[in-house]
Amino acid sequence: MLSRTADHLYWMARYTERAENLARMLDVTQRMSLLHGNQIDEAGWTAALAIAGCEASYRKTYDKVTPGGVLRHLTFDTDNAASIMRCLKAARENAHAVRGTLTSELWETINDTWIKVRESSPTIVEGNGAGEFFEWVKYRSHLSRGVTIGTMLQDEALWFARLGTYLERADSTARILDVKFQALLPEGSDAGDDADNAGDYYQWSTLLRSVSAFEIYRKVYRDRITPRRVAELFILRDDMPRSLHHCLDEVHALLNRVGNRQSAETERRAGLLHSSLQYGRIEDIFAEGLHPFLLDFLARAADLSERIANDFLVPKH
Amino acid sequence: MKAKAYDEMTTADGAVRPHYAEFAAWLASQPKETLARKREEADLVFHRLGITFAVYGEAEGTERLIPFDQIPRILPAAEWTKLAAGLRQRVRALNAFLGDIYHGQEILKAGHIPAMQVLQNVQYRPEMQGLDVPGGIYAHIAGVDLVRAGEGEFYVLEDNLRVPSGVSYMLEDRRMMMRLFPDLFARHKIAPVEHYPDTLLEVLRTVAPVGVSNPTVALLTPGAHNSAYFEHAFLAQQMGIELVEGQDLFVADEQVFMRTTQGPRQVDVIYRRLDDDFIDPLAFRQDSMLGVPGLLSVYRAGRITLANAIGTGVADDKSIYPYVPDMVRFYLGEEPILNNVPTYMLRKPDDLAYTLDHLAELVVKEVHGSGGYGMLVGPAATKQEIEDFRARIIASPDKYIAQPTLALSTCPIFVDSGIAPRHIDLRPFVLSGREIRIVPGGLTRVALREGSLVVNSSQGGGTKDTWVLEN
Repeated sequence: MLSRTADHLYWMARYTERAENLARMLDVTQRMSLLHGNQIDEAGWTAALAIAGCEASYRKTYDKVTPGGVLRHLTFDTDNAASIMRCLKAARENAHAVRGTLTSELWETINDTWIKVRESSPTIVEGNGAGEFFEWVKYRSHLSRGVTIGTMLQDEALWFARLGTYLERADSTARILDVKFQALLPEGSDAGDDADNAGDYYQWSTLLRSVSAFEIYRKVYRDRITPRRVAELFILRDDMPRSLHHCLDEVHALLNRVGNRQSAETERRAGLLHSSLQYGRIEDIFAEGLHPFLLDFLARAADLSERIANDFLVPKH
Repeated sequence: MKAKAYDEMTTADGAVRPHYAEFAAWLASQPKETLARKREEADLVFHRLGITFAVYGEAEGTERLIPFDQIPRILPAAEWTKLAAGLRQRVRALNAFLGDIYHGQEILKAGHIPAMQVLQNVQYRPEMQGLDVPGGIYAHIAGVDLVRAGEGEFYVLEDNLRVPSGVSYMLEDRRMMMRLFPDLFARHKIAPVEHYPDTLLEVLRTVAPVGVSNPTVALLTPGAHNSAYFEHAFLAQQMGIELVEGQDLFVADEQVFMRTTQGPRQVDVIYRRLDDDFIDPLAFRQDSMLGVPGLLSVYRAGRITLANAIGTGVADDKSIYPYVPDMVRFYLGEEPILNNVPTYMLRKPDDLAYTLDHLAELVVKEVHGSGGYGMLVGPAATKQEIEDFRARIIASPDKYIAQPTLALSTCPIFVDSGIAPRHIDLRPFVLSGREIRIVPGGLTRVALREGSLVVNSSQGGGTKDTWVLEN
């Protein structure tokens, strides 16, 4: 397959996943901020900007961090390349470039999403419409993922698209976990403690809901919510579809499938990262520090992305 | 006064021509509603398949359908046999001409064509001088535009030897007709055209560089914003070859490679749908982002075949067109089978004076123009348009030629009020490899506006299925 074709498929899937994760992250930020009553949860909204990597671009336009400003900047702001709007546009543009490689159902799904979001008014995220919009973005992402799996031939085209999905998801899960843990569990607190007061309970359960893992947590642990278990679920449970471990299961297996003559080192590094999650223990991670662990993970995931680009997608030669 | 046009279906006294008899009988038996329903069905399917062309200068997403008319243009076997022989002859002569002017230039030495007309032509590429191309073939794909005039005789209007397009419509129109009216195909013996992509691939493989036994062919497109992108993607898919853009190719060790997910893969033949000017920024236009740096040096080393070759434009230029019959005589020692339209070359003072006196009757074309842009159709033009054009001609006469306005033949089409004649042309596609192959028929284009002679899709033309009846 042409490298350019693989590159478009990979980014089509990545941008679709990124739009979904932004919607999830903003949804949870908004829910958490409700717990603050009349007070504006400035720390929470600043954290949202940090997770999206948009602090600098936000400060260029706005003086103060406000819920309205952050929502606008990360949803419909067409000047912000990391907004949901721009992600959906980029997904559509990448799909358009390889329209002949996609099934017509997939192309129509992605094109439809773009047409609808383009026709939406940015004001829908002001007031009570935001939650509904985030639900819609998630739903459209579910739909295009389902159509991808349900209609595409199981060859390289599918594998590169899946690679994009899982690398993006791993990155997103790690970022959400990192920022929220720093906010909810100041250094020195014991992660094994119960989320004892009511406020904490809601904060942790909202974080779980942001990755659709509240029910999963109940099923897996059948017990109280503790920060340590939340981290374990996000990082180490391979049966949790948005966990780092699960994402790396997929990334590692997909890389083995598409491997070429120059990708051995990339596969090795993916395998190494995969095994650290496969055999890692949550106690050890906390002993070393969760924040350094996640920073290291993000750096290694970024390294994989770059190596995949060089080996397959935009090879020098 | 314009002569009465020849109608493909009926004679001047209204009788149906024999080769249309079966179709006319069928048409008479069809309820109006059925035909209307079939028209809607055709529109729907074309939209869904995305058989569109992008319109230059319009915002993204304004892809248009090329209107398709359901009344076929029918050619009897004997007529086609003669046309095909004429096309073979003409394309052989044109390829011989290209080989000659890029080597010994015998035709110039013999004085048949003024040397400066060739050597100072912007389409003449000095880079091609002395270069041998596989099989001596330059124009592998030629789209020769034919029209039929008042008495029913055919004329060649132009020889398109650069990157002729339209073949995808020929194929899609046929597929659509078979889908809409299978009974018609049972009632007629119609020569098939569906094998065109296979034939094209075979031809391209026969012109691979010497010593390559199992050549890899790729189709080079300028990209998704090109007006013919649909056709590029369609042909690549039908031939089962990669559709590449310039950025997908690179040159190393005097070879051309594609960047693939499995590493570099050598390419031997490039069916390029990109003009000479854009193909290699190192050799031609430096600002081109569409081409492949270094491609020309590999080409000159004989390690890649380009189809069509570089520099074919000098042979289909309108200033060279008047000499094609001479080429046939000079290279093949035969009399031309196909007619040329009499042409006034406005660089000649006599021709210029005559043309300026008769602008209202003539068609004036830019020597290097194409696609129906930059031409004046005298009988259809307003006084103001004629005067504007006159000023442009006087400013640079050598940029123009003029021809009598041919009464292009007509063929009936469906219109809102029923059936009415409209002017048409015919573009058969002539493939030259080890041998010359022509899929019977070609693309029939139709000027949808009443009285209009401009059939180009960019100017509101439509298409029809073209049937060559087999005996």
